[in-house]
Amino acid sequence: MADITEPPRESFRLSQLLYDARYRSLTIQVVAAILIMLLLVELVDNTVTNLAALGKDIGFGFLWTTAGYDINQQIIPFSSQDTHARAALVGMLNTLLVAFLGCILATVIGVFAGVLRLSKNWLVARIMTVYVEAMRNTPLLIWIYIVYAVMTEATPQPRDFREGGSASMYLWDSVAITNRGVYIPEPLWGAGSGVVVAVFLLSLLGIFALRRYARRLQEKTGQQLPVLWISLGLFFVPAILAHFVMGRPITLEYPELGGFNFDGGIQVRNSFIALWLALSLYTSAFIAEIVRAGILAVSKGQTEAAFALGIQPNRTMQLIILPQALRVIVPPLISQYLNLTKNSSLAIAVGYMDVRSTLGGITINQTGRELEGMLLLGLFYLVTSLVISALMNVYNSSVKLKER
Amino acid sequence: MSEAHAHSVAYVRDTMLPQAAPPPGETGPLRWMRENLFSSIPNAALTLLSIYFIYTILAAILPWMLGGIWDAGSLTECRAIRDERGLETAACWAVINERWLQLLFGFYPIDSPLLARLFYADELAAAGGMEAVFGAGSNATARIEFVAQMRADLGNLVVFFFGYWRPLLALALLVVAVAPVLYSSLPRKMLVFSLAYPFVAVFLLWGGTIWGPMLVALGILLSLGVLRVVAGETNALLGMLAGILVALMIFLNPLAFTDLGLFPLLPHVKAMLDSALPLGLPAIDSADFGGFMLAIIIGTSGIVLSLPLGILLALGRQSSMPLIKWVCVSFIEVIRGVPLIVWLFTASLLLNYFLPPGTDFDLLLRVIIMVTLFASAYIAEVVRGGLAALPKGQYEAADSLGLDYWKSMRLIVLPQALKISIPGIVNTFIGLFKDTTLVVFIGLRDPLGLVNAIRATGEWNGIYWELYVFVGLMFFIFCFFMSRYSMYLERKLATDRR
Repeated sequence: MADITEPPRESFRLSQLLYDARYRSLTIQVVAAILIMLLLVELVDNTVTNLAALGKDIGFGFLWTTAGYDINQQIIPFSSQDTHARAALVGMLNTLLVAFLGCILATVIGVFAGVLRLSKNWLVARIMTVYVEAMRNTPLLIWIYIVYAVMTEATPQPRDFREGGSASMYLWDSVAITNRGVYIPEPLWGAGSGVVVAVFLLSLLGIFALRRYARRLQEKTGQQLPVLWISLGLFFVPAILAHFVMGRPITLEYPELGGFNFDGGIQVRNSFIALWLALSLYTSAFIAEIVRAGILAVSKGQTEAAFALGIQPNRTMQLIILPQALRVIVPPLISQYLNLTKNSSLAIAVGYMDVRSTLGGITINQTGRELEGMLLLGLFYLVTSLVISALMNVYNSSVKLKER
Repeated sequence: MSEAHAHSVAYVRDTMLPQAAPPPGETGPLRWMRENLFSSIPNAALTLLSIYFIYTILAAILPWMLGGIWDAGSLTECRAIRDERGLETAACWAVINERWLQLLFGFYPIDSPLLARLFYADELAAAGGMEAVFGAGSNATARIEFVAQMRADLGNLVVFFFGYWRPLLALALLVVAVAPVLYSSLPRKMLVFSLAYPFVAVFLLWGGTIWGPMLVALGILLSLGVLRVVAGETNALLGMLAGILVALMIFLNPLAFTDLGLFPLLPHVKAMLDSALPLGLPAIDSADFGGFMLAIIIGTSGIVLSLPLGILLALGRQSSMPLIKWVCVSFIEVIRGVPLIVWLFTASLLLNYFLPPGTDFDLLLRVIIMVTLFASAYIAEVVRGGLAALPKGQYEAADSLGLDYWKSMRLIVLPQALKISIPGIVNTFIGLFKDTTLVVFIGLRDPLGLVNAIRATGEWNGIYWELYVFVGLMFFIFCFFMSRYSMYLERKLATDRR
C-alpha cells in the first residue's frame, strides 16, 4: 500500500536550535560550556593575578624541604629534620589510624545499641533510645570537647599514683589513666616471636579453610561440624603453644611510675583518646539506627518461614535474617565509616596531629603555601572517600538481588 | 452436644454466667510490667540491671544539677559556697547565669539608646546626652561591663527583650515566615511574607540603610520579571538566559571589572536614595555576631539556600545531557569527599585568591556560601535517591501528557520524589545545623567558641560540664524538634497506606 509516505524533509532552520528537542540540548550544553569556561578563566586569571601581587608562585617543591617541627604521635619514625612530605605522610597515617580504630569501636557499640533498641524489654529499649537520640542530636564537637575536658581535668595526675596517693592503676596494675594520657603495657617482641606470629597467621588460614570445608560438607552430606568450637580452639591453642615452645618470646613491658611521670609502656595521648572515643560514640548512634532499620527491614514472614521449615532460631538468624539484613545495612554503614573518616579532621579541636594539622596546618603556616597545601589535603580526603565508595559499589553489586 | 453424649455428661450449665473482671495479673500496669519487664528470668535480670544503671546515673547527676549554685562570681567562689553548704558535688550554674546573654548573642551590641530613652530619661536630661550616661563602650570588655550594669539596674528580662529586640524580632518573624511552609493549613498568602523575609532579616540583623536590601529585592524581582516576559514571549531557554544576564548586570556588573565601568548602578542609586530619604538602623558588623544567634543564622540560611540548589544538582545529575551531568557529578563528589573543615579553611584562607583583586567580603557571608554549597551536595544525593525510587512510569506518564521538562518535574516528579526523601533531607539539615559549630575553627564566635573563651578567663578556668551541658541542650532541642517534625511530615504525606 502506498499510504506510508516519507516524512517531509525540512531543511535546518536556526529556530530549531531553540524549539526542536533534538537540537535544544545541544544549544543548552554549548551555552553551559561557554559559561563554565568563562567562570574557570576568570578564576584562574584572578588566582594568577592575586598570587603575582603577593609575589608567590605555584609549586610543590616545598614538600621536599625540611619540616622543622615535631609530631607527637608517629606510626613511622619522624624527626624535625625530615621533609614536609614525610610529615604529611605521618599525618595521613594518624588520620587513618584514628579512623580505623574509630570504625571498629563504633561498629561494636552501634550493633550492640541497635540490637538492644529492639529488645522486648521496655526499659532497655528506652535507655538505648535515649542514648541514640542524645548522641544524634548534639554536635560531635561538643562530645570531643567533653571527653577531652574529662580526660585532662578529671583524671589524676601521675604523682597521685605514688605510694599512698589517691589514684591507683587498673587491670592488675597494667593501665594508668592520668591527665597526661593513658599508659598501657607495651609488647616486646623477643627473638623467636616471629614464629609465634607465623603460627597465629597459619591458624587463621586454618580457620578459614575449616569454614569452607564445613560448608561443602554440609552441602554434600547434610552433616554439620561444630565449627565455632574448632575455630576457637584453632584461634588460641596453636599460638599459645608456640609461645611456650619458643620460650615465651613475647613479653609485656608495664608502665612504671618514675619521678613525676610514667616510664615504659605506651603512652596514649589524651587527644587521641578524646577524638577516638567521641568519634566512636557519636557514629555508633547512627550505626545503631542503621542496624535497627536493617533488622526491621527483613519481613517477619522470613522468620516464620524458616521456623516452618524447622530451622533452629540461631541458624535462622545466621542463614535467613542476617544475609538479608546485611544487604540493607552495609551501604549506609560504609557511608558512616566515610563520615567518621572525614569527621576525624575535628582533631583540630584537641590538637591531635592528623593530616589536617600537619599538612593542612603547620606546613601551610611555615611555608605560606595555602593553595598547594589545601589542594593536597583535599585530594587526600577525596581519594580516600572515592576508594572507599568504589569498594562499596563492588560490594553492592555483588549482593544485589538478581532480578531476571 | 450430640445425643450420644447427653447422658454421659454429668452437668450441663444452662444459664449464662455474669461477666467477671479479668484476673488481677492480666490487666493494667501489672500485666504490662509482666509482659514488658519480667517476661522471663533473663529479662527480669536485665530489667533489674537497667534500674540499677539508671539509679547510678541519676544519683550522680541529680544532686549535682539540683544543688547547683546560681549566684557566684567565679569558680572558686562557687567551690567555697559548695563547701560551706557541705555539698559533695554541686553544679556551678553561676557561669550560665552570668554569661547566658553572651552565649545567645555573642558580642552583638545591645540597643543602649533605646534602653536609655525608655528607662533613663531623667538621667539623660540631667546629664545632657547619651554618652554622658553610659559612656557607650566600643571594645568587647567595656561592652560586657556595660551589659552587666544594665542587667543589675533593670533586670535580665528587660535587657533581653529591649536590648536585643532586633535579633529577637528577626527570630519571631522567622517563625512567622517558616510557619506557612511547615504547616499547609495556614493561609497561602503568608508565603508572600516568607519570600520577603530574607530581606527583612538582613535589615534587622545587620542594620544600615533600608535601601540596600530593598534594591537587592527589586533587582531580583526585575530579573525574574524579565525571565517570565522573555520566556512567555519566546522560549524557556532564552528567558532563563535573559534573566541571568539582567541579574549579572545588576549584581555583578561584569563591565565594572573591565576598564569600562559603565554601570556602577547599584551603589550609586543606593547612595542617592539614602541621602534623599535616610531610613535605617545602626549598622552592626558581622564580626560582632555570635552565640546561638550565629548558629541559627548560618544554619537557617544554609538550609533555605541549599534545598533549591540541591534539587537543581540532583536534576542535573539525572540529566541526559553529558556536559550538565558531568559537571553536577564532579561538583557533588568533590564536595562530599572532603570534610567541611577543609572547605571552611578554604573559605577563610583561599577564597580571596579566586575573587577579583581588591574584593574582600565578609567572613560570615563566605562561611554561609561554603556551608550552603556543602549542604547542597548532600541534599542532591538524597533527592537523587528519591528521583531514582520513582517508578519509570511516572516520568513516562508526564511525558505522554505533553508536559515540558520543567512542568513534568514540578507537577509530577518532584512532589513524589521529595516526599520520599523527606527523612534524608531533614537529616541533612540536622547535620548542617550541628556542623555550624565548626566555624569556631576559622575564628567566628559560635557557642562553642564562646565556651572556650569563657573557660579561658581567670574566673571560670576549669569549668566544663555546666557550659557544655547548656550548649548541648540547646542544640538538642533544635535538632530534636526538627527530627520530630520530619516524622510528622512523613505521616502526613503518607498517601499510600492507611
